[in-house]
Amino acid sequence: MIKIPSSEITPEQLYRSRRQFITGMGALTVAAALAACGTQPAPAATGPAPKTLSGKTTDELGDALNSFDQITTYNNYYEFSTDKEGVAPLAQGFKTAPWTLTVGGMVSKPKTYAVEDLVKQFGEEERIYRLRCVEAWSMVIPWLGFPIKKLLADVEPTAQARFVRFEGVYKPEELPGQNDGYYQWPYVEGLRLDEAMNDLALIGTGLYGKSLPPQNGAPLRIVVPWKYGFKSIKAITKIDLVDQQPTSLWMAAAPNEYGFYANVNPNVPHPRWSQDTERRIGEISRRKTLPFNGYADQVAVLYKGMDLKANY
Amino acid sequence: MMTDNRRKTKDQGTSAANRAFVRRPSSFVPKNWLQIAIHVGALLPLIVLIWDFSQHNLTVNPIQEATFRTGKTALTLLILSLACTPINMLLGWKRVIAWRRPLGLYAFMYAALHLLIFVAVDYGLDWGLISEAVLEKRYVVAGFTAFLLLLPLAMTSTKGSMRRLGKRWKVLHRLVYVAAVLAIIHFVWLVKADIREPLMYGAVVALLLVLRLPPVRRTISAIRSRLSLTTKNTKRTKAVRNLSD
Repeated sequence: MIKIPSSEITPEQLYRSRRQFITGMGALTVAAALAACGTQPAPAATGPAPKTLSGKTTDELGDALNSFDQITTYNNYYEFSTDKEGVAPLAQGFKTAPWTLTVGGMVSKPKTYAVEDLVKQFGEEERIYRLRCVEAWSMVIPWLGFPIKKLLADVEPTAQARFVRFEGVYKPEELPGQNDGYYQWPYVEGLRLDEAMNDLALIGTGLYGKSLPPQNGAPLRIVVPWKYGFKSIKAITKIDLVDQQPTSLWMAAAPNEYGFYANVNPNVPHPRWSQDTERRIGEISRRKTLPFNGYADQVAVLYKGMDLKANY
Repeated sequence: MMTDNRRKTKDQGTSAANRAFVRRPSSFVPKNWLQIAIHVGALLPLIVLIWDFSQHNLTVNPIQEATFRTGKTALTLLILSLACTPINMLLGWKRVIAWRRPLGLYAFMYAALHLLIFVAVDYGLDWGLISEAVLEKRYVVAGFTAFLLLLPLAMTSTKGSMRRLGKRWKVLHRLVYVAAVLAIIHFVWLVKADIREPLMYGAVVALLLVLRLPPVRRTISAIRSRLSLTTKNTKRTKAVRNLSD
């Protein structure tokens, strides 16, 4: 079944809760001090640059990781703001605990998991992935998480299930962007069941060896590295197995631009962004975009015989 | 008429004091504090951009941010320059007419900067990629055409060109309307799904263009002259009443 040595799970948890306790105490002290001075608390200082658990500094292609600062200050997260730099400050107060994930639909064993139990049950591993935004910028991010397939195995999809539908959190009182009626909130995304079962597809729980910051989709998000970034839905609360292809938020907003598959594909032009090149955040010149974002060996087989121009 | 004459005499009075400024051929020479404010206001976005760049304050994707900022500033200044004529028409503020040129030229400057960043910095002068982008992305075509239309206008913005071209100058400079519409289309086509912001800019441009239509113009000047007549009449009645007091 799940090949996660218990030795890896417990210390990880202990280590993290201890760290959270310490940072929590630190934050409290600082907050108290600031409150005493009557000033606004500034966003938490990052201190020494965070390191990956594995100690790696590049992806498998030898490309350098983006910094923790880059990853946590430049976010497309319309639930908070359409301004990428505006997300992090707005997201700081977002409550990510308690949090549950409800998995249902066409499954034999529908379940509701508390976030902390998910990590206990399915473990956590570091995966260094490229993230390619449809806006033609990209980053290399060391995620923590576990393959979606582990979760799916636990709920046992029925024979009718063909797609996985993900739903993001809906809390307009905490997420200012959701008061904007232009988009059909909550955020919805979907994968074909075989895509979700691919080992690359993750449920993300952290980055740079720490829990996910709220602006990156805490406490749980999807990470599908061979698809454009908008497929990797943040702050998920619900997963349903369904027999019909789900309509994502972006498909509903602009069906001619955003398809269900949204595989990174330099050969399928987008009306606005050059998809044959991209800018890696931190670099000046553009670089060539790789088919399936460089993961063709692992995922191209999923789309054998499909017209990828029609199924964009 | 009377009010106009009176204003003229008054203007002559002030211009006598400021003759040194007024006599200069270029409208880039400040005539008054408002004129200075225009130059400072138009240069401020560039100064802020350079400052933010030096402070690494242009997001982690500075090239995109600089492209956005210069583009939006260019459009805003172009709209302001297009607003001068209707403002004079509606409110009778003659001096705004002189602001059209500096505002238009600053709009061109930011448009040129916008294009330069796109071509030289974003695409690193990779002509293969650039021509591909131009052919493939309709928003690039719209934006680039708008720039090409502004180019001859900027080049013929001098008094000398005005004299040389005579009546044709006015016809040529109507291209600015086409450029403004293309700039809006460029904006609409480049945003991600939510076109409310470009449509707001578009509504302003549409309004400014509609106000220029001859029937609209005629109606406005008819209303204005009727209004100024009534004010004159009330003044006269008041004067008569004062006399009788």
